[in-house]
Amino acid sequence: MNRFAKSWTSAALSLAIGLALLVGLPGVLDDYTLIEVTIYAVMSILGVSLAFIWGFGGILCFGQAAFFGLGAYVYAIAVMNMGDSTVPFLLAIVVPALFAALLGYVIFYGRLSDVYMGVITLTVTLILFNLINSTAGPEWRIGSAALGGFNGIPAIPTLNLPGLPDEVLTPKDLFYVTFSCLLLVYLGLRVLISSKIGRVIIAAKENEQRVLLLGYDARAYKLFSFTVGGAIAGLAGCLFANWGAFTSPTIFGLAQSAQIIIWVIVGGLGTLVGPIVGCVAIQWLTSQIGTQQTLNSNLVLGAILVVFVLLVPRGIVPSIGDLIDKAWRRLRGSKSSEATP
Amino acid sequence: MSAVVPIIETRDLNVRFGGVHATRDVNFTLAENELRCVIGPNGAGKSTFFKLLTGQVKPTSGQILFRGKDISKMQPHDPGRLGIGIKTQVPSLFNGLSVWENVWLSARRVNSTAQADRITRETLERVGMHAYRDVTAGLLAHGMRQWVEIGVVIAADPPLILLDEPAAGMSDAEVARTAELILEINRQHALVVVEHDMNFIRMIARKVTVLHQGAVIKEDTPDRIMSDPLIQQIYLGKKPH
Repeated sequence: MNRFAKSWTSAALSLAIGLALLVGLPGVLDDYTLIEVTIYAVMSILGVSLAFIWGFGGILCFGQAAFFGLGAYVYAIAVMNMGDSTVPFLLAIVVPALFAALLGYVIFYGRLSDVYMGVITLTVTLILFNLINSTAGPEWRIGSAALGGFNGIPAIPTLNLPGLPDEVLTPKDLFYVTFSCLLLVYLGLRVLISSKIGRVIIAAKENEQRVLLLGYDARAYKLFSFTVGGAIAGLAGCLFANWGAFTSPTIFGLAQSAQIIIWVIVGGLGTLVGPIVGCVAIQWLTSQIGTQQTLNSNLVLGAILVVFVLLVPRGIVPSIGDLIDKAWRRLRGSKSSEATP
Repeated sequence: MSAVVPIIETRDLNVRFGGVHATRDVNFTLAENELRCVIGPNGAGKSTFFKLLTGQVKPTSGQILFRGKDISKMQPHDPGRLGIGIKTQVPSLFNGLSVWENVWLSARRVNSTAQADRITRETLERVGMHAYRDVTAGLLAHGMRQWVEIGVVIAADPPLILLDEPAAGMSDAEVARTAELILEINRQHALVVVEHDMNFIRMIARKVTVLHQGAVIKEDTPDRIMSDPLIQQIYLGKKPH
């Protein structure tokens, strides 16, 4: 793992920048831009979920969108039936986590290889896409929530203050909630990574055989990280449903799954901040490309991915980290001639 | 004597991979705190034997008893939990983690964080690698890697330690230091050491087991083993040094 990503200095710096943005942005941005930033934060949470299980756990999951979509749909269906959003919010985290646990159990305890892992997660996502897509008829409803098939579910009630269904959050409140969730997820994962569990997860990625010989049940640790990843993706899905008060089967689509992987590759595998940077940069770029007609956005995204894989294989954040490291050493080297071992 | 339970015992152990009979009727017994060297030419089944003892390979037939308990059908992580530590032949440190983290992970499984910190420090001092505690394991020189690997094994304080070629690729000075370290470890742990280097075996061994084509063909002192004509023929190519 990269030293820059590991150090607490960089974590503290990231958190300080995050807190400054949380407090500062609503004061300087207009409402439209603030809503735009909110969706970046939602997608960043999704990006971080994959950054954790892939970058630290070594589990390349093509189906992170499945947990994301599940979070959105569970929230939508639950809140339309219950009115108050407190329990639906929690369900949107718990249900995807349980689904991830079940899927992970089959994969890890069945000792399936990495290739099958990719195939299974991708297939499950596409099954969910087709399943939800074909629920357009009026008979497809859960309680008072019509699933809507390819039309999606519109007019999803937004989060309210816990226990007070009439105190609905404004877009600005939603920004605070979403951005705080991003910071908490980041902080939580940082703490997890530096704990015993986190170190075993990283060690199992490096050398699973050795982890087993040390007496750790690698399967359990992988399952745990996969479940945590599912829970975080579910949280992102819930916030996504809140952001637009709308959800549709496209969030289970192949494009969505691929995009998350691109964020992680561009931002830097093996870091938590990298995928946030990658996600924001690519989302911003996509929306910029959307304003003109000459270039197809998917074509540009594909080109960016190829460029990064070939020229900046470690991603933005680790590469910048290396540059800072080098500059720092040169600076220290010029101050003192003593070499450090 | 019969009442004393050996730390590890195999009974009529056999492994077949397809048509290859990799382990044949191996009956092996090691007492608590004993140090045993296992030798044999390439392909004699030494590594397979180690993999059997650590649950990485399941026997086709026969039993493996650790302190009287059958471990042959356990999960791959169970032997480590019971107290069998192994340094594999292929270097297997966590290359992306620091020297400290590598040893700490081993110590932490059975200890609290504070205890693991103390044990890690003591272990690194014992194997002479404390000065390199913050170095990423992947950047270490070969001899140093071997010592850190030994540190990883002893940090968990397992009653039985298996070392697969601990002196492979080391300089003479490093080999001597490794021999010293192994004898020191043997004061508290039973050890099985697979090795090729006869000089190294002379430095540490009191009893040697010879494997050939998957079977145990002799068990004796190093001197008697090395003067045995049959062993010279199959193992040393008739040219003992």
